[in-house]
Amino acid sequence: MIDEPFASGGSFLHRADPRAKLAAAAALSCILAASPTPAAPALALLSGLGLAAWAGLPLGALARRLLTVNVFVAFLWLFLPFSTPGEAVWRLGPLAATDRGLALCLLISLKTNAIMLHFLALIATSDAASLGQAMHRLRVPEKLVFLFLFTYRFINVIHGEHQRLMTAARLRGFVPRTSLHTYRTLASLLALVLLSAMRRAEMTRRAMLLRCFAGRFTTLRRFRMGRGEYALLGLLAVFAACLVALEVLHV
Amino acid sequence: MSEAPILELRQVSFAYPLASAPVLAAVDLTLSPGQRLGLFGPNGCGKTTLLSVMTGLRPANAGEILHRGRPVRSEADFGLLRRELGLLLQNADDQILFPTVLDDVAFGPLNLGLAPAEAEAEARRALDFVGLDGFEERLAHKLSGGEKKLVTLAGVLAMRPKALLLDEPTAGLDPATRDRLAHILGHIDAAVLTVSHDWDFLNLVATDFFTIEHGRLVREAASQLHWHAHAHPHPEQPH
Repeated sequence: MIDEPFASGGSFLHRADPRAKLAAAAALSCILAASPTPAAPALALLSGLGLAAWAGLPLGALARRLLTVNVFVAFLWLFLPFSTPGEAVWRLGPLAATDRGLALCLLISLKTNAIMLHFLALIATSDAASLGQAMHRLRVPEKLVFLFLFTYRFINVIHGEHQRLMTAARLRGFVPRTSLHTYRTLASLLALVLLSAMRRAEMTRRAMLLRCFAGRFTTLRRFRMGRGEYALLGLLAVFAACLVALEVLHV
Repeated sequence: MSEAPILELRQVSFAYPLASAPVLAAVDLTLSPGQRLGLFGPNGCGKTTLLSVMTGLRPANAGEILHRGRPVRSEADFGLLRRELGLLLQNADDQILFPTVLDDVAFGPLNLGLAPAEAEAEARRALDFVGLDGFEERLAHKLSGGEKKLVTLAGVLAMRPKALLLDEPTAGLDPATRDRLAHILGHIDAAVLTVSHDWDFLNLVATDFFTIEHGRLVREAASQLHWHAHAHPHPEQPH
């Protein structure tokens, strides 16, 4: 269910310490999200493309991910220009698209894609298991870290259970239609998946007790910050400072 | 050499709430170092319940559980007991908690208080022992059923248990993995209690045999169980 099309690769961004990448991506997205003008996000869009190219992300998968996000952005373009107050620049019947509405849409589109590209190049290039451990090393609260790791571990198991139930239903001639019978069947399958997830949660608790879990998590992996990581962090810090300057100066 | 039993059940009873008959009725059982016990019985006779009661996952209604001669009552007592007792659950997916194999196998040793480097060494040793060296960075959800079973076994063995409890270890395994499991169990120091309705496997890994009848633990002579074994194939080959 979760395939990680970007996690395997041989680039420096794939090999780099995930702590550095996490910290950089988090800082950059906060800065970009707060930007009031399109200049900083536009610049970051370019740097995001640059990083994605450096990581050698597979183009097909990259395009699919960006398309998914931009479907949501498209809805904003559909409504925001007409609902934001401002000077009308274009009319469609009784509706008027305003300059401020269009500018807002552009700003959101740039921010979304810039942040997405940075995440894909910096974060998606590590597998979920390393990211969890890196979060633990960065002192993200334990409960969040292990919720993340357990979700990753069990979402495939739960998805497998759902698939088995769907197969069982199909084997007995079930074809989804727009009918009450379909809704009833799907509701029942969903209930079974939820029940088995609850059972699994209980079994997981027991399995942890059996292995003497006493409330404290420790993770195994030790990461190493090399010269390359410091260089990357330094470069991105300078870039982040430029973005902040752009935002503060309202260019 | 007569060591105190690792675990002893005295007149232990257990009934599920609202059930008419108890699952376990005044069960006596001793597990001593080096012993190889086999518990044989059909589905639903209380084998899994017995293992849950032994490890404190379900509290007994009556009777006493002794760990090296000392009564086990509180959750803290059971915590100490579980440091010496490894339980292999029937469903491997219930027992693999971490996305990658090495992290999962090291979870127990880390809980025992080992430093990360030591825990990792224990985990690698256990993986090596079950024949899974090279699997350290593999993702749990991409393993086969047999590999998952061996990973859970490594996870239990990495804690160096004094006794190993196995719940239906051969369920869903192919013959090759089943033989590998029997081979591994033949080479460990711990006492082993295997619960199964797979008589052929039980015969490979145990020397003393029990069954549960109406909640009571009954000792079986190996010869009687042999008869069971030959009775099993018949329904599948009608004549």
